[in-house]
Amino acid sequence: MMKREECFRILARHVKDEAVVATYSSAVDWVDLGPRVMNYTSIGAMGLDSSHGLGLALGRPDKRVIVLQGDGSLLMNLGSLVTIAAVAPKNLIHLVVQNDTYEANGSQPIPNAKIDFASMARASGYAVCYDFSDLKIFEQQVGHVLEQEGPVFATLHVTPTKPLKYDYPSLYDPEKRKAFKAQWRS
Amino acid sequence: MEASAAATAGQRELHGSGIIAAVKASGIEYILALPDITTSSGLLAPIAKDAAFKLIRVCKEDECVGIASGLSYADKRSLILIQHTGFLDSINAIRGIAVEYAQPICMMVGLLQHDPETTPRQSPRYGVRIVEPILDDMGIAHHYLSADADVGKIKPGIDKAYAESKPVAFLIGRRPKAS
Repeated sequence: MMKREECFRILARHVKDEAVVATYSSAVDWVDLGPRVMNYTSIGAMGLDSSHGLGLALGRPDKRVIVLQGDGSLLMNLGSLVTIAAVAPKNLIHLVVQNDTYEANGSQPIPNAKIDFASMARASGYAVCYDFSDLKIFEQQVGHVLEQEGPVFATLHVTPTKPLKYDYPSLYDPEKRKAFKAQWRS
Repeated sequence: MEASAAATAGQRELHGSGIIAAVKASGIEYILALPDITTSSGLLAPIAKDAAFKLIRVCKEDECVGIASGLSYADKRSLILIQHTGFLDSINAIRGIAVEYAQPICMMVGLLQHDPETTPRQSPRYGVRIVEPILDDMGIAHHYLSADADVGKIKPGIDKAYAESKPVAFLIGRRPKAS
């Protein structure tokens, strides 16, 4: 099992100008790594992270999109695996951060922690699928994962690093949406 | 057919070809859809064969709202084509993304088993009857389409949605003819 913050620090070393779609606990840990215009944290409804990512990827096929989706969130939108695999955007990297809980809602457990998201993504038709629970292996392979032709899927098995402070007004700031849009269109 | 009879018939016909032409004229590139029996043969079937559109078939209607939002950041126009039951199921996504984040989410909603000779508010079907009051409470602009004369509402409605970054809903009250 990896600590989410450490996992994200390694991921951040490989992220350049990609749009990063992140929500809830993943968004808090991701934005804590530093300000970044290309962070897209306004989802509006839990579960739709992957669908926003699909729309972004289709809108700019010349750019790459990384989705950092929680396990509880994907469980609310499992059909999006099928939709994304059918559309097959080559520029979409779908990372599911699995901590087996609804952390933002009191760390209650998800209905079944034995769920294997990578196998579900593979069965849905994703081009390549990974499953990471060892930080050293993730560090060795993450660069390669991000360069693959998509849709790419990976489960990141993590534990929380620290108690999180959820600053939703900042995550959902309309000015950040405007800045993102200006740069995404350019 | 006499002129008055023809006019009456025209008020009771809705052709898919007219709706599709208006949607094209509105600059819609993507159709995000889950089949609805009201619009299945008259709209979705011809759209699926029309190379002018990119059709994305979804598993659940609220996916459309996220996809449409993502597309809008690149100024790509999309139209969500769903049944009113899917609209009702997607209320939280529409609330969060379309209304609170002020996104140009354009919806075309088939009113399942609606009697086109009545207004949606007068429908004997509860699920249909509550659609317009919900849209009103959410502050979402909406237009009722039940005859060819209503098709002229489509392009101005979509253009306004994108110009003002607000949602819009077109309620389909009669099965469009496939011709």
